[in-house]
Amino acid sequence: MTSHVDGNALAGSLSEIFRTDMTTAVCCCGGCGDTTTIATEMVYGTDALAHGSIVRCRSCDDVLITLVDTPERTVVRFPGITTLTVDRETPPA
Amino acid sequence: MTDWKVGTVTDTRTETPTGRSITISVDGWPGNLAGQHLDLRLTAPDGYQAVRSYSIASVGDGSTVELAVDRFPTGEVSPYLVDDVLPGDQLEVKGPLGRWFVWTPEDTRPIQLVAGGSGIVPLIAMARAHAMSGSTTAFRLLYSVRTPEDRFFADELASLESETFHVDYVYTRSTPADWPTPPRRVTRDVIEALTISAADAPGVFVCGPTGFVEAVARALVELGHDPQSVKTERFGG
Amino acid sequence: MAVFSRGFGGRARESAPDLPPGQFLTEDFPVLSAGPTPEIYTAEWSFSIRTETGAQHTWDWEQFRALPSELVSTDIHCVTRWSKLGTSWRGVSLDTLFEEVESSYDYVMAHSYGGYTTNLPLEDLLDGKAWIAYEFDGEDLDPEHGGPARLLVPHLYFWKSAKWVRGLVMMKDDEPGFWEQNGYHTYGDPWQEQRYW
Ligand SMILES: Cc1cc2nc3c(=O)[nH]c(=O)nc-3n(C[C@H](O)[C@H](O)[C@H](O)COP(=O)(O)OP(=O)(O)OC[C@H]3O[C@@H](n4cnc5c(N)ncnc54)[C@H](O)[C@@H]3O)c2cc1C
Ligand SMILES: [Zn+2]
Repeated sequence: MTSHVDGNALAGSLSEIFRTDMTTAVCCCGGCGDTTTIATEMVYGTDALAHGSIVRCRSCDDVLITLVDTPERTVVRFPGITTLTVDRETPPA
Repeated sequence: MTDWKVGTVTDTRTETPTGRSITISVDGWPGNLAGQHLDLRLTAPDGYQAVRSYSIASVGDGSTVELAVDRFPTGEVSPYLVDDVLPGDQLEVKGPLGRWFVWTPEDTRPIQLVAGGSGIVPLIAMARAHAMSGSTTAFRLLYSVRTPEDRFFADELASLESETFHVDYVYTRSTPADWPTPPRRVTRDVIEALTISAADAPGVFVCGPTGFVEAVARALVELGHDPQSVKTERFGG
Repeated sequence: MAVFSRGFGGRARESAPDLPPGQFLTEDFPVLSAGPTPEIYTAEWSFSIRTETGAQHTWDWEQFRALPSELVSTDIHCVTRWSKLGTSWRGVSLDTLFEEVESSYDYVMAHSYGGYTTNLPLEDLLDGKAWIAYEFDGEDLDPEHGGPARLLVPHLYFWKSAKWVRGLVMMKDDEPGFWEQNGYHTYGDPWQEQRYW
């Protein structure tokens, strides 16, 4: 069984969608208000056998981001994030 | 947007009974910071693809990267990388990735590194960057392995020892002969005895299997480290 | 164009004649994790079915286990391409649970402890096609496989067989559940290879 890893591990997948390194972006959890970089949230389902990647709040487990790659599209949802702050200075990953 | 780049294996070296390091020359690799990782993609003849993340042991400019991989016996990708891949073989990589779990010489805090098993990979990149830059900040590494044979980069770590870099080993299954302590785990007491104290406000980087990282990070916070200054990289497992 | 990696075949993928298209056989029972495994004590467990009138039929663990159960032997097919043949389960048929339930709605949203949801047509749950399963291979269902009880709808891809199920809510229209909102097919028939939208 593969357990969770850090948000940092999603740098590659997120870089296919965003133009900048999203792991240093700061997100605020809609469930509990915890505010931290994506790199420090928890990621489930990065292994080969998962349905998709799920980023959960490090403090309340709420689902913040889901990311599924299908043969034809990538589907990203942000069910649990109220604010996402991306530093403009951050150079491309 | 980061694209897949073609890499050619140029060298492999056995590091441990279950692991080896692999050097890959990558077309268009822009260089990387210490602590970053890459995504590695393998494609089978029938088009089947597998993607995994690997930390980068090398640091700086240049178009080669060094990885070190531990074999996960039932795994899909790691046994291929540890047992099968040969110089000349091609694979694809995407990176360098992540700007969170990195150390740069501008960071002048004392630095404590804590590695479990192959978790040494991004941390040796930091130790190399520290040595290359001539940084005078104190670096200390606590490295947990099962047995003495399981140490990755053992000779290099020994050669890096200096006034500003020190390694402490913890053996969890068997120790070298005449080692002062029996095999033990990295508990809070061990961390307290062998790492830079919270009072010195070090930056801490912890990397390894998820269970190891969680236990160490929890102990560090209990010992008074500011959770903000403890950065983690979980490898899963 | 991807480059091929010499000597890389991927995990041995054993196909078999009777499998749905694109599926491979596995002997073990992989665990797909989407979050922490919820810790559910049977003393606190309940299962309910809620209809459009607000009527709620609820069973606690004791009441649930007092219902007649069935032994189910079936193949299961995961959308991540593994299939496992001849698995054996014990559970309560949804026909039994729906006996007293009155609803004119045709769709169901299954809800789980931990927040997971998945949508199904009601007719796929009835007529001996689905169960609330609480034993696997003669043992209590492991928490990592959905214990104490999970939905078992083996004729659809296995993500429809919600782990840690705690209730069903009748719906007028088909609305997507958790994975169905994220790119997975709303129905998920393995024989038609309905993996994604
Ligand atoms: C940011 C990051 C950096 C990393 N850096 C390194 C590094 O420097 N060095 C290193 O060695 N590792 C590193 N890892 C771990 C690495 O990414 C892989 O997870 C590891 O190499 C195992 O991959 P694998 O393909 O061999 O195993 P996998 O095939 O992914 O198997 C993992 C688990 O899933 C199970 N499983 C998968 N498929 C099936 C199936 N069909 N049937 C049954 N069970 C199945 C396996 O039994 C096993 O328990 C890193 C991870 C991350 C997130
Ligand atoms: Zn939260």
